[in-house]
Amino acid sequence: MTTAMRGTSAEGTATDLPRLLPASQQPQEWHAHAARYGGRVPFRGAPGRLIPDVREAGLTGRGGAAFPVHRKLEAVLDAATSRRKTAVVIGNGAESEPASDKDATLLWLAPHLVLDGLQLAAEAVGADQAILYTHADRRHDVGRRLEQALTQRRQAGVERVTVQLAQAPPRFLSGQETAVVNHLGGGPSIPTFIPPRPSERGFDGAPTLVQNAETLAHLALIARHGPRWFRQVGTAAEPGSTLCTIRRADGTARVTEVPLGMPLRDLLGPVTLDGAVLIGGYHGTWLPVAQAVQLTLDNHALQAAGARVGAGIVITLPPDSCGIAETARVVRYLALESAGQCGPCLNGLPRMAAALAELAGARPRRQARADLERWAGLVTGRGACHHPDGTARLVRSALVTFAAELDRHGRGRCSGTNPRPFLPVPRAQARTEEDWT
Amino acid sequence: MTERLVVNPIECDGHGACAELLPEMITLDEWGYPIVDGRPVPPALDRDARAAVSACPTLALRLLRS
Repeated sequence: MTTAMRGTSAEGTATDLPRLLPASQQPQEWHAHAARYGGRVPFRGAPGRLIPDVREAGLTGRGGAAFPVHRKLEAVLDAATSRRKTAVVIGNGAESEPASDKDATLLWLAPHLVLDGLQLAAEAVGADQAILYTHADRRHDVGRRLEQALTQRRQAGVERVTVQLAQAPPRFLSGQETAVVNHLGGGPSIPTFIPPRPSERGFDGAPTLVQNAETLAHLALIARHGPRWFRQVGTAAEPGSTLCTIRRADGTARVTEVPLGMPLRDLLGPVTLDGAVLIGGYHGTWLPVAQAVQLTLDNHALQAAGARVGAGIVITLPPDSCGIAETARVVRYLALESAGQCGPCLNGLPRMAAALAELAGARPRRQARADLERWAGLVTGRGACHHPDGTARLVRSALVTFAAELDRHGRGRCSGTNPRPFLPVPRAQARTEEDWT
Repeated sequence: MTERLVVNPIECDGHGACAELLPEMITLDEWGYPIVDGRPVPPALDRDARAAVSACPTLALRLLRS
């Protein structure tokens, strides 16, 4: 992050980035937050009043699905009104994707911005309780930072709705929306069937807003500066900035805030044109570098290439790594992380992992590629959550992007000279009941 | 008013009764789990669809109004 704050006001001009992270990269205590953003939460005085601004801003969820935030707010508020049941707000910082570090970084460096957003979201849907859900097993002790932040806020007298902190188990599906609600309600941390949507009937049966931590931070800034300010970066169709986790071929990783629509060429840094990049993380898409450098980081541009921004993960594969071996490791992990509730996912993912492991080795059976294609088609759209769909997306993109490498493996060769694993994959865990709680 | 068949994949254990009663709209994958045609159920198949729904031992198959 080299962008310093320019401009004359303390907050810089509207196009300056970063907006969310402190330019100093030092954790922002309450007094620093208050100095930068103002020492009060810009409440609107009644439920619903913030929603038109959010609509005009065009803010979408930054957890990966890019769903319009105003529609979620409206759905929860409508359900709360029609059912006469007070809503609940859950801030989702359970960033479970091993390659992503943006929510943990945001919560560590700018907890007050997320907590401002949580209060504002609670007001917008008329909620009387809020929960912030995070992982405990990260590099930083995010839970303790949030406890300190909440103490500072109570002392400053800015909290209206009481915020509870809760911990997510270290599993890939922990941050999935229905899994969050299920776990906070005392159940296992695994997805449930929709309907009902959490916005209709979620935590404790109440209409529940589940919103990603970064999304809440953007919400707080829209409430402060208005929708026009928000739209001064990004594209017309996808406004604003977004946090990204960038992993380069040299093994370095950083979290940075970029405008949506930024050229991937500028984001990637030094690359070799015959290499490959993974866009959107482990439910994402492999693309040849030569194709990626023509694209921009927004869903409109990426969709044409079969990719999505997702949670903003952009990874460059080292030129001496084998993309098939890397994908095989990841898919094995994803198969082990299946909740095992739905037949197609339970049966399909381990088979896909095994076929990929075979393809990663020398002289795989010809049938393995066709099996993978078929299983990818068979699992898509057939789970209660999108875990099988995302896994199938990754597998299919690997079959296309690494087609030449697959041919090489068929002849008993591999262009990967470095067998050291590159993509971060937690140690595989056997599935037991306790793992989910 | 049209109705569509929806399977709750969490409840479904792949007994396969639905595919036997409504082969026109439900086939089984290679693991025995139903692949359900999500288009509106045509009137001619209405009775068979209802039979398939009530035959499901785990109550995983439903008709949803759309």
